[in-house]
Amino acid sequence: MTQKTEGQALGQPKDGGTESLVRELVAYLREQREVLRRQWVEQTTAKGYLADLTPEEIETESAIIYDTCVGCLETGKYDAAQAYAAKMAKRGVLRGMTTEQIIGGLATMRDIYGRSLFQHYHHDLARLSAAALDIYEPVANKILSIVAMACIEERERVVRQQQEAMRELSTPVLQLREGLLILPIIGLIDTQRARQLTEGLLRAIRANRARVVVMDITGVPAVDSKVANHLLQTVQAARLMGAAVIVTGLSAEVAQTLVTIGVDLSSLNTLSDLQSGIEEADRLVGYRVITAEATMARNAET
Amino acid sequence: MEVPILKQGDYLIATIQAALSDAALLKLRDELVERVGRFRARGVVLDVTVLDVMDSFTTRTLRGIAHMTKLRGARTIIVGIQPEVAFAMTQLGMTLEGVETALDLDGGLAALRQGTKGGGDRGR
Amino acid sequence: MADEIRVAIDSEADIVAARQQGRALAAELGFSSGDLTLIATAISEVARNIVAYAKRGEIVLSHANQGSKRGIVVVARDQGPGIPDIAQAMQDGYSTSHGLGLGLPGAKRLMDEFDIASQVGQGTTIVMKKWARHHG
Repeated sequence: MTQKTEGQALGQPKDGGTESLVRELVAYLREQREVLRRQWVEQTTAKGYLADLTPEEIETESAIIYDTCVGCLETGKYDAAQAYAAKMAKRGVLRGMTTEQIIGGLATMRDIYGRSLFQHYHHDLARLSAAALDIYEPVANKILSIVAMACIEERERVVRQQQEAMRELSTPVLQLREGLLILPIIGLIDTQRARQLTEGLLRAIRANRARVVVMDITGVPAVDSKVANHLLQTVQAARLMGAAVIVTGLSAEVAQTLVTIGVDLSSLNTLSDLQSGIEEADRLVGYRVITAEATMARNAET
Repeated sequence: MEVPILKQGDYLIATIQAALSDAALLKLRDELVERVGRFRARGVVLDVTVLDVMDSFTTRTLRGIAHMTKLRGARTIIVGIQPEVAFAMTQLGMTLEGVETALDLDGGLAALRQGTKGGGDRGR
Repeated sequence: MADEIRVAIDSEADIVAARQQGRALAAELGFSSGDLTLIATAISEVARNIVAYAKRGEIVLSHANQGSKRGIVVVARDQGPGIPDIAQAMQDGYSTSHGLGLGLPGAKRLMDEFDIASQVGQGTTIVMKKWARHHG
């Protein structure tokens, strides 16, 4: 009476027996929808998994979840489940729901489905075995792993976001005087940070109408040729926006190493320390004022 | 699409209004060079604020404009390169080396008025 | 979102169209504004390459998924003369010294993935990809 179900793809039974059992299961679960959904709402509420949802939301979401899961069983396709899991994870994380709550909620449903199947087929062990173990279990496992993965990915995304925010904070661009920006860089520079740094600096140049930037790298522990090239590109990009960059804090040892490696620093305006850099910057910025006044004075005489 | 070229005293101001085809950019180059000669302009401010992409051709042509106008006695200042565009250009390896730049129109005119010392390409 | 967008490159006037379409598709895919410019610039370079050497070709824009990442795929295809020495063409010095700006090494730097296949007398196909960095 039992059909062989080994080695068959989920939801794509090759022989009529399994296919009809799948249909029977789906029909049964659809018929039991309200009963099982209610049970799920009661149990998860009792366990505190749905604490953050309003009663209306619980009604709506529990129905969607139920139908989505049965849909996976029926079609063997998990796109809808994937999409819903991603949405659920995002909302859950954002509202402070713990992973325990999200996965606990799903595990509870699985439990309810399972028990219901046992009740329904308890008189027919062979059919129960085929229904529960061969058809239902794989689908339930797949759905659970989809939800778990969605939670993990969402968490990772949040962590990345926070890391990026931290990186932004760690490289502030300061306006010292009108037209003069200071960019003190502290810590290691990798490609991503270099890009972030550069983009931030360029936006600051535009916002502050800066004409000179003093970029201090005293706090950068390792300056190899890669880092030097990143810095060179930052200087070049700033120049394209009409801002001169003075690099300070390049130690003698680092300068020697870079020259030895063959990095061309000749286009850089470098000075040993931040103080000198600021004085030089003042000269560059102030120089124009002097010239304009001199010109005006000359014009007044004629 | 025509790029309007305005005369302000000894200076010419050209503001690009929309993405230019290659032909239009070359036409702009020729017109600027011609007018520099005709009006004996001492400076040109070329505003590229509106360009959302500056590829290798655009960069080479701008450099060409700067060199050609210099031969006719005028300094050209490129202004308005946007942050994302500046970044993309450095990634592409196009740095407009040797061409003066300023943040915007005001900055460009200020640089021109400053004379041959200071202004623009101060990054040495 | 369309599956695929084809932009015929018959003259230099099509270069702007190609990069504007690329920028639009990339924006739909959620790329940052900085990345939009990088992608548009890379498209401009390869499209320009087609015009300069093959006279005509096409740019095909599409999107792809890699796990949870979404990305843009740019295929630049022509039946031009082909590139006899790809390695040389991909060298920075070569393109800048020639002043012809093949732009290929530049385009490669702007994108995450870059593959080029070329046969002399048959044509060139370039496939470039960029993946959207995760955002909020």
